[in-house]
Amino acid sequence: MTLAAAIRTGDVTLLPGKREEDWRWTDLRGLLRALPSASEDDDAALDPGPFGGLGDEEVAVVNGRVATPSLTILSGERRTVRLRFVTTSSETRHEARLAINVHAGAELTLLESHEGHAHGYIAAATLDLRVADGAKVERILLAGDGDGAVNVACASVVLSPRARFAQTLLTDGARRQRLETRLDHPGGGAEVRLDGIYILQGQRHADLTTVVDHAGPDGVTTQLTKGVVDGQSRGVFQGRIVVAEGSDRTDARMGHHALILSERAEVDAKPELEIYADDVACAHGNTVGALDEEALFYARQRGMPEPVARALLTEAFLGEVVDRIGHEAARETARAWVARRLEG
Amino acid sequence: MLRIQNLHADVGGKEILKGLDLVVPAGEVHAIMGPNGAGKSTLSYVLTGRNGYEVTAGSASLDGEDLLALEPDERAARGVFLSFQYPLEIPGVPALTFVRTALNAQRRARGEAEATAPEFLKLAREAAGALKIDFDMLKRALNVGFSGGEKKRMEILQMAMLKPRLLILDETDSGLDIDALKIVADGVNALRSPERAMLVITHYQRLLDHIRPDRVHVLSGGRIVASGGPELALELEREGYDKYARAA
Repeated sequence: MTLAAAIRTGDVTLLPGKREEDWRWTDLRGLLRALPSASEDDDAALDPGPFGGLGDEEVAVVNGRVATPSLTILSGERRTVRLRFVTTSSETRHEARLAINVHAGAELTLLESHEGHAHGYIAAATLDLRVADGAKVERILLAGDGDGAVNVACASVVLSPRARFAQTLLTDGARRQRLETRLDHPGGGAEVRLDGIYILQGQRHADLTTVVDHAGPDGVTTQLTKGVVDGQSRGVFQGRIVVAEGSDRTDARMGHHALILSERAEVDAKPELEIYADDVACAHGNTVGALDEEALFYARQRGMPEPVARALLTEAFLGEVVDRIGHEAARETARAWVARRLEG
Repeated sequence: MLRIQNLHADVGGKEILKGLDLVVPAGEVHAIMGPNGAGKSTLSYVLTGRNGYEVTAGSASLDGEDLLALEPDERAARGVFLSFQYPLEIPGVPALTFVRTALNAQRRARGEAEATAPEFLKLAREAAGALKIDFDMLKRALNVGFSGGEKKRMEILQMAMLKPRLLILDETDSGLDIDALKIVADGVNALRSPERAMLVITHYQRLLDHIRPDRVHVLSGGRIVASGGPELALELEREGYDKYARAA
């Protein structure tokens, strides 16, 4: 049951829904009674996009059309690629699949954007990413979906020993949106960072789901997701880390922290650690609350009007995640994106 | 400058201030002393507009303007500054960013031009130098991991940069060793001027050796029960608050 399969066939019974445990907070089956028609080609020139000017090459997927369905980064190469999933046609459906192979010792910075220049579309994107021995990938994803859109972006990441994979997802949600990451972690000195930020307003919904399978000893995973929900929006965080038998000396840490700014907004969080190995260092922390009233009063006493004080404290709350982005220019792009979202 | 008349205030449904009268003219430093639970911190929060501190009767005005009708940030823009007994830690916000945001918000509220980056940095360097604060400390998140003395110095630094007209110091000496106390007191004394009024709230007389008050008031049971010159502070230090607790 995947949205991609439903889009390919037009069969709504293939949509994932709340009967499946890990889709219960992002029910697509109950949401969509019918699917709109398939999207058409669009050859019009694109604007520069949110990462415009960064990196030297671009792969654009417009309305699900992929010109180059696979990308290979050869050993010794160091590349920065803008990967853009762009939707330009309203009330239509499309899906795309892309594979990226990063060979041993290569380095890739992947600046991925989901850009909705339309409304009411149903989109799915599937990314298969293989990171070979000692290779290094940083993925920064900015999701800016249009009104009424449904979007599921699913990345399957397979790492080899000594590989490094770092990811930061930034989203302001959609009508229903899920950004899913499934990662096979071999241990063997491979290191993973999986971060995320969601800033939701109105009735928007974002679901950040991650599953990390540690299948060998000496692996490291750190995770930090922070969210801010306002209006009647809903943030979902599902983080699962499985440490298989024999994956000794795994170091896995997961944190999810959310601020709820309005009474009608909602955050659903399910952090899970399943540990079947010995001598592991695993921890998770999860908090959901309001802005600290005392800090707010302190800032106002110094002269900041309430909206200014709230924005400053909220930006600082999210800043911890932004600061962890390695690519400097992308980090500043992310910081500016957060500031704009908080201005409302 | 500051005029408080028959002020009554509740906290959590319990009356804490019970008819407080106080006038602090411009250019003067007044000390408020009193036993624990007398309402000293309540007075500072009522004057600055904290939520949960409800005024049920009376008035407080600054140069004739009703303070109680204003939001906390509006009071700040008119020059009211409270040095907190327990300054808050603000994770993720560098001290410089915090103060610049506050300063520019106040200037906007007063219809003044915002400080330019060089102008602001000059101001910050001068204030830090005078208070013997390492400038690099201002690049760190405000008060996070700072010692008690460092936090109090950061309060005085903000005061020096924001240039308020009514300075309220709430137990500024608590948590300070003698060297830090002297630095803080020097910082406060440097701000004394004919245009400013100061309210120094303290339990002990110690701070008043360094910040000499023009007047001393005893706050007990939610009211001012005695007023006098600096000698009153010495008497309280010798004899304690018992006499005034009974008077209340």
